[in-house]
Amino acid sequence: MRVHLHNPKRDIDVEGPLRVKELVKRLGLNRESVLVIRGDNLVTGDAQLADNDEIEIRPVISGGARS
Amino acid sequence: MKCKRCGAPAVIEIRRHRAAFCADCFTHHCQEQVRRTVDKHRMIAPGERVLVAISGGKDSLALWDLLLDLGYDADGVYLGLGIGDYSDTSRGFAERYADAKGAKLHVVDIPTEHGFGVPDAARATKRVPCSACGLSKRHLLNQAALDGGYDVLATGHNLDDEAAVLFGNVLQWNVDYLARQRPVLPATDGFARRVKPLIRMGERETAAYCVLHRIDYIVEECPMAAGNRHLRYKETLNALEERSAGAKATFYLQFLERMLPVLEGVAEHERAQVGTCTRCGAPSSAEVCAFCKLVERVAT
Repeated sequence: MRVHLHNPKRDIDVEGPLRVKELVKRLGLNRESVLVIRGDNLVTGDAQLADNDEIEIRPVISGGARS
Repeated sequence: MKCKRCGAPAVIEIRRHRAAFCADCFTHHCQEQVRRTVDKHRMIAPGERVLVAISGGKDSLALWDLLLDLGYDADGVYLGLGIGDYSDTSRGFAERYADAKGAKLHVVDIPTEHGFGVPDAARATKRVPCSACGLSKRHLLNQAALDGGYDVLATGHNLDDEAAVLFGNVLQWNVDYLARQRPVLPATDGFARRVKPLIRMGERETAAYCVLHRIDYIVEECPMAAGNRHLRYKETLNALEERSAGAKATFYLQFLERMLPVLEGVAEHERAQVGTCTRCGAPSSAEVCAFCKLVERVAT
């Protein structure tokens, strides 16, 4: 599957099938810090991703210093 | 995974609630979180006019969308910070959302109106850009709310933001900052009421809300904020959250319940120190307010 990543923007290929939480773990990401989007739709951690899926891993952390 | 509320296939899991939701029930959940926060903290009274601070990011656009859908009279204000392409892009997201919703968006451009941008201010003060940025936002957003005759200024600070700020303030035992870290700062002479209706929503949820509602927002991080302390605190708290779901919410929400009342005396003392800036008339604990000092330093 083709996986789109941010910060910096890049694409990688990952062999499927595999579950969302496995993909996130394999990429060394914290599941609290990202959303996984297949096509235009959000998917939960237990969803099975197919080898021909197009996936975006979107970071959700934002913000500057605040006090 | 099934939706906790209706049993349909879920699209998002929220571990701290031990729940997953389908798209419709997630929207209902977000609306309930905001409604509950607004009511509990008496943030917005019926009929009041709200000005929402819009950055073009997920939190502020989700907040504006939620307030509009809940029936509040809410306009937006976008602050141009002069951060090159990043500012142009984020302004575009804010304007496209406002156009699509038929909502009113005010634009205040700092370089046009004050002759400098955040990078210039950082160079002049020799401090991190986020410092000058936060200072300018506080001053100019408050001014925009007062000038527009709004009753309330709403910002998109979410649970993760507040937990990270709390973490930083506790690490330094900064008692003055802890005392003023409130979901509502009441209106006083020269200050509009400031409210944070998203404090019960994590930023993963505000991002999911935007994805599900097809709200385009700027995903890329502000180039000025990269590697800052606030982001490091968030990463630290997320590492804890991954092992112990609900840790962030407990840390912050219990601070509100148990610690803020203890700090009321400190907050009261701080409020009593506030006078008026001799140059711009804004509230200030010094003779000249921090924003006027910043403008002066950038000009020299």
